[in-house]
Amino acid sequence: MCVAIPGKVIEIRGDYARVNVMDNITDVNIKLVDAGIGDYVLIHAGCAIEVISGEMAEDILSLFSELQEDRYEDPGSD
Amino acid sequence: MKIQEVIDELKSYDGQPVKIMEVCGTHTSSIFKNGIRSMISPKIKLISGPGCPVCVTSAAYIDRLTEFSLKEDHCVLTFGDMMKVKGSSMSLTEAKAAGGKVKILYSPLMALAEAREHKNIQYLFAAVGFETTAPIYALMMEEMKQKNITNLKLLTSVKTIIPALSYICEREKNIDAFLSPGHVSVITGADSYRKLAEKYKKPFVIAGFEGEHILAAVYEIMRQLKTGRYEVKNMYATAVKEKGNEKARALLSEYFEAGDDFWRGIGIIENSALRLKKEYEMFDGGSRIEGINEEMPKGCKCTDVILGRKNPAECPLFKTVCTPLHAIGPCMVSSEGACGIWYQNS
Repeated sequence: MCVAIPGKVIEIRGDYARVNVMDNITDVNIKLVDAGIGDYVLIHAGCAIEVISGEMAEDILSLFSELQEDRYEDPGSD
Repeated sequence: MKIQEVIDELKSYDGQPVKIMEVCGTHTSSIFKNGIRSMISPKIKLISGPGCPVCVTSAAYIDRLTEFSLKEDHCVLTFGDMMKVKGSSMSLTEAKAAGGKVKILYSPLMALAEAREHKNIQYLFAAVGFETTAPIYALMMEEMKQKNITNLKLLTSVKTIIPALSYICEREKNIDAFLSPGHVSVITGADSYRKLAEKYKKPFVIAGFEGEHILAAVYEIMRQLKTGRYEVKNMYATAVKEKGNEKARALLSEYFEAGDDFWRGIGIIENSALRLKKEYEMFDGGSRIEGINEEMPKGCKCTDVILGRKNPAECPLFKTVCTPLHAIGPCMVSSEGACGIWYQNS
């Protein structure tokens, strides 16, 4: 039930925004976030629950570079 | 670090058996879809937890919904997942077949237009879910207040995951670490797991839902266990902040307060409900249900599945008499219940 999907804000109308979710345009409530046009938001049950910092692919790349840094810092690892 | 190096290390692990609970049903699905088990050592067991709100909703709650739907000029509004869950005598699908009025909505906020359009109908929204969904109920009530909508109420069964994790840590000592739920954490924040990690000395790693997210989180857990650490690590930082979504949390504090709650298959967990505060009881459609004591169906192992003691395939009813079309236990009913996910993927 806690499924959420990212979408890009393309227009804001008061408490709602038009959001592009995988090329589908949908209206989403944005009252829980400070979203601007061009931002990516995470959408759950018709509502943006967070502004996300970029595309998920970038996030995954940074995740693995973080693991790499940890590995060198971690004295217990071999 | 390359993903293949992560897989190689996880695959070649040959130490003590390790049990990691993934709390969220969406993680369970992703583990199957991405074939994560085939990429890690059989000594690393990934087990499901209580993270399907539909599965842990009481039969007494479903009964209230079905009874309401069968009254003249009354209509239940619900997420689709709730339709097949059995009450003591019937599900919402069966109530609808018997003439009850039940409508599936994608968002609680859609209920507002529905109620304004049909003022002669009394609506009840089946407000189930965890912290991810709860702030949307608060937004819904804000709008009901502003627009003076009086023919719509909420039947709340809103549960919080931290008390449930505390309950599990207290009783299930052989779980070594937790994959914390990504979207609950968006609201509650990484910080919400710190006390648990400290008290029970277990790693809590917050993960996103891509296969790479999960592999990286399992790798992080294994590294912590190897070096004797028990930390909260946020590996879904794109979406999860240290303190979560503070606007959403403020709304939750405004509308809800903590109370004890019944979890189907588990029993009462202290302070695990978000109940409407007294000053907002005008939005409450009779959510308080006292003295629930429901037994699981005979032979059903949903309790053991929810608490991570067994996997669904270890239940004698799984795939024999319990299937998605004829679900005996609640974990088979929902597409996010552990048994439903195992059925679809095995």
